[in-house]
Amino acid sequence: MSEAVIRVVGLGKSYTTAAGLFPALKAVDLAIDAGEFVAIMGPSGSGKSTFMNLLGCLDTPTHGDYFLVGRNVAQLNKDQLAVLRNRTIGFVFQGFNLLPRMTLEDNVALPLVYAGVDRAARRARARQELARVGLADYATSLPSRISGGQQQRVAIARALINSPPLILADEPTGNLDSQTSEEIMALFAGLNRQGITLVLVTHENDIAAHAQRQVRFRDGLIVSDQPTPADKNAPILVGKDLPAPADEDVRC
Amino acid sequence: MLKAMLGEAWRAMGANRLRTVLTMLGMVIGVGSVVLMLAIGQGAQYAVAQTISTMGSNLYILISGSTSTSGLRSGGGGGPTLTVADGEAISELDGVANVAPVHQGTQQLVYGANNWNSTVVGTTPNYLEARAWTLISGYPFGDSDVRSATRVALIGQTAVDNLFGSDDPLGKTIRIRQSPFVIVGVLGRKGQNLDGRDQDDTVIIPLTTAQRKVFGTPFVGSVRLMMVQATSAEAMPVVEKNLTALLRQRHRIREDQENDFYLRNLAAAADSAAETTRVMSMLLGAIASVSLLVGGIGIMNIMLVSVTERTREIGIRMAIGARQRDILTQFLLEALMISVAGCLIGLLLGIGGALLTNALTNMVIVISGTSVLVAFGVAAAVGVFFGYYPAHRAAGLDPIEALRHQ
Repeated sequence: MSEAVIRVVGLGKSYTTAAGLFPALKAVDLAIDAGEFVAIMGPSGSGKSTFMNLLGCLDTPTHGDYFLVGRNVAQLNKDQLAVLRNRTIGFVFQGFNLLPRMTLEDNVALPLVYAGVDRAARRARARQELARVGLADYATSLPSRISGGQQQRVAIARALINSPPLILADEPTGNLDSQTSEEIMALFAGLNRQGITLVLVTHENDIAAHAQRQVRFRDGLIVSDQPTPADKNAPILVGKDLPAPADEDVRC
Repeated sequence: MLKAMLGEAWRAMGANRLRTVLTMLGMVIGVGSVVLMLAIGQGAQYAVAQTISTMGSNLYILISGSTSTSGLRSGGGGGPTLTVADGEAISELDGVANVAPVHQGTQQLVYGANNWNSTVVGTTPNYLEARAWTLISGYPFGDSDVRSATRVALIGQTAVDNLFGSDDPLGKTIRIRQSPFVIVGVLGRKGQNLDGRDQDDTVIIPLTTAQRKVFGTPFVGSVRLMMVQATSAEAMPVVEKNLTALLRQRHRIREDQENDFYLRNLAAAADSAAETTRVMSMLLGAIASVSLLVGGIGIMNIMLVSVTERTREIGIRMAIGARQRDILTQFLLEALMISVAGCLIGLLLGIGGALLTNALTNMVIVISGTSVLVAFGVAAAVGVFFGYYPAHRAAGLDPIEALRHQ
């Protein structure tokens, strides 16, 4: 196989709470190779969100090492992490997180502003990415003018604009109906076929079924890591893994 | 990148127009009042400086000492102890530009059917130079007129208005105390002096003529008053010292005796008047600055609200790669934009208000480039100063917390 895009060794994160030190993530070892499509699953409080924040360089671990495309990022400072987020990772959120006052084109181009790309090039690239997700005609619309599914497509276009090797999606279909969800997942699958590594957090099994590999978290540890069964409809659930109805740390 | 951020700051300002305008209003009022108050203050300073310059610069007034006759003491200038020869000796001193002995009093002037009571000044040609007084027509009298006591006169504007009306006084003959005088020159207008006295209500004639033909003094060649002008403000202390020593020697005053003359420094009086208006103008500026400060606090307040409201936006920006300094720059630019825009509007209003004040009250208004620049600089500084804390707070947000913010 090719070089691992993500490799974590003994990665953990503890929070200081009133009750003392709380280990949200204990010690996780995981490697994700380039071109993989991985679903991260687990109930509320299992540590999967903490894990995603660490993968996304939004947070720094209290112990362990995290190699992103071969580079140990555990020791980087905030600005170095910001540059890494800008160049290496594309984010897709449950709540789309588009800026409401900007046109879709400007929303998609925003990462390029922080990368220091000039205006003309930003515009051209943004149009190109919008076309890639099938929204070329809406370049100058505002996010409030389009549907949720379309907004998520725009968010994906924004995630793609810096051509990152890795896309992290946190419950990307959580706010969408099932048909739109399927469309978004088909879009993700297509991107994966183009060689982009995808890591997706979800608690829905039929969404996770689009991935090639499913990693389950419980109590800050990985409890299972296996390829997706060939039969999409095969029940792979045990009772305690049923999706939590209201996942407090997922809704942004 | 800065261009993109300016665009975003502009958009953020436009997103909540009423709030932006109200925030700006603080700066508008602040800058407007600073500009207006500086214009009024500097106008007052200018007016005083004008008045002072009409008195003549670097002037001393030399007054003869008091006399005592059978226990009755006169005030300063009571005895004619200063002589024209004293004046000539003083003019030889280093640093002395002009010396003009003066014998003045009020007399009735008559021209045709008109008559007018005015100040008659008997002096030498140096007087005009010492007082920086120019003629608008005719010629000044010369030293030969003083030597031969000719009956010529220079006439001030107020006297012209009252005696001649709209006629040209040049070459006409007026009578002062029965003696006919030919008007050889007309003095330019000077306006009021610091005491509020009309300096133009005067007639200037040769000293000798005044003493012999008009006032009739038993001490011809002696005067009670002399104007001494130094070449520069720096020369004044030296002139004062040497002049005192010279007069004590000429008047044979012993070591233990007091001076028989008084030396008054007119520059000191002028300086104190200028200082008064300067302090007043500073005070006006200071009061106006308070409103600028309040405007700045308004900006800080709104920027803090804005940061709280846009916490989630900040989180999104951080997630897609904004560094702390990018967020800091963005919010700082917004604060700066509000204050600079407010400043521009304030400048226009302030200048407009100053012009209106001038039109309505005839008050002297001076709008200097410096005061405009200072107001602008202060407004920009206020924007940065009061915008920094909210911007710093935005930049210091934790991306995860910010993303979760509702």
